[in-house]
Amino acid sequence: MPILTPLGELVNDFFEWFGSLGIFAWNIARSACTPPFEGRELVRQLDEIGSKSLPLVALAGSAIGVVLAMQARQSLTQFGAKSLFPSAIVYSVVQEMGPIITGLVVSGRVGAGIGAELASMKVSEQIDALEVSAVSPYRFLAAPRILACVLMMPLLTVAADFCALLMGWFANALVEPMSLHRFMESGFNGATLSTFLPPTFKTAVFGLIVGLISCFQGMTTTGGAEGVGRAATKSVVLASLFVILADVVLVKFILVVFPI
Amino acid sequence: MNSTLANARSSSRTTRPVANVQESSNGDATPIVNVEDVYKAFGQQHVLNGVSLTVNPGETRAVLGRSGTGKSVLLRLIVGLQEPDSGTVKVFGENTTGLSLDQLAPIRKKMGFLFQHAALYDSLNVAENVAFPLRHHRADMARSEQNDRVRQVLYEVGMENQSAKMPADLSGGMQKRTGLARALVLDPELLLLDEPTAGLDPMGSAEINELVLKLQKEHHMAFIVVTHDMHSARTIANRLTLLNKGCVVIDGSFEELQDSSIEFVREFLKHS
Repeated sequence: MPILTPLGELVNDFFEWFGSLGIFAWNIARSACTPPFEGRELVRQLDEIGSKSLPLVALAGSAIGVVLAMQARQSLTQFGAKSLFPSAIVYSVVQEMGPIITGLVVSGRVGAGIGAELASMKVSEQIDALEVSAVSPYRFLAAPRILACVLMMPLLTVAADFCALLMGWFANALVEPMSLHRFMESGFNGATLSTFLPPTFKTAVFGLIVGLISCFQGMTTTGGAEGVGRAATKSVVLASLFVILADVVLVKFILVVFPI
Repeated sequence: MNSTLANARSSSRTTRPVANVQESSNGDATPIVNVEDVYKAFGQQHVLNGVSLTVNPGETRAVLGRSGTGKSVLLRLIVGLQEPDSGTVKVFGENTTGLSLDQLAPIRKKMGFLFQHAALYDSLNVAENVAFPLRHHRADMARSEQNDRVRQVLYEVGMENQSAKMPADLSGGMQKRTGLARALVLDPELLLLDEPTAGLDPMGSAEINELVLKLQKEHHMAFIVVTHDMHSARTIANRLTLLNKGCVVIDGSFEELQDSSIEFVREFLKHS
């Protein structure tokens, strides 16, 4: 029976982690819904998470646009469907590539940042100092960060989509000249709001995942510098993993609720 | 502004009623802190084993003991950062066990806490650190009044010329002074100090001791000072509690400790 003990511990740790995360989320929800509201901190976090992630997200979006254009052009030409090139780019960027790339880039940048910052505050007793000053760390630290992630993620996705489409067109135009207007008109032909809005707004769920997991890892870490490093790493790994898993569920959900 | 600063050392802040202090010396007062038969363990490690103590208004109690004997845990229980496994902790007459953050808030506003390593917010400068509790709890005060109050407490702890510095640029003693200013800014009735002289040179320790004595004299607040510095405890405290292995060995004045025949007390005093 020696194999059962480590397995049992693993299962126990798994449920304990989810249980703690649930309690943590409940505490934040309760704090966030009762005054005083930390408006200034929210604005600061919107800037920190939104504006400062924009260059990275734009760069990632641009790179994806170029790569997608090169790959799609070659494949579509091979199958004699070159005329579908603009639509292929637009649909794949807006429906999947833009949201998931934004989710993963923000998981990396923001998840690591929040995880390390809060973990550093935790091990240096700054979070305890907030508590003894009668300031709720859930209300002051976690809620604004999570809310900022939720609000900024769809906007960053729009930026990533825009850069990807622009660079996709540009990469194609270098090989086969086509006006941007024609590219967009052809690409968006037959598209409706339900084509774009659900995939864009699903990233709010990614934002919730990134914010919640990184705040949880940061605020519950133990140990010194090692604990800070561990919290940052776990924040990125778990947030990325859960973003990918959530994407699978959300794509199915969107296909059921908003059929093409 | 100058007049504000000039008045600072002569205690323009609210002072505790003198009657409380007198009651304290008679032992008749309602205790500010009442810890009763508290047990606390972390896994298999039993840190506190049935500790009881009271702190009356105007009293300064030093909690002494070797490292790892549960002194800091006791402070964290009193301030509500941790909960006892059994026993009760009453602060200002209210049992703090099981209270939520929002329920604890009114009690915590009447307490100040100086952490062992000061725990200053490293993204805020000295003045912003001190102003932090005011910004959150004294929305009724105008910003200029809050700033005056910050200058006043910084002056009291001798940090008035360092207000723009970041915590990373401060020495250990300066960080503790800033932490003390932050603990004082809401004008608490009870101040909890966790190893206030640890890691400081003899001059720095003496300065912190003098500061505590001055605050006692001017504000008549109650103090609980956790320390293993016997000299500091003797200088600032009027009652001492000695802990060993999570139990109270002796509770009394310094003279009572000196006259004790308990082996551990004699050993502790001998090596202090």
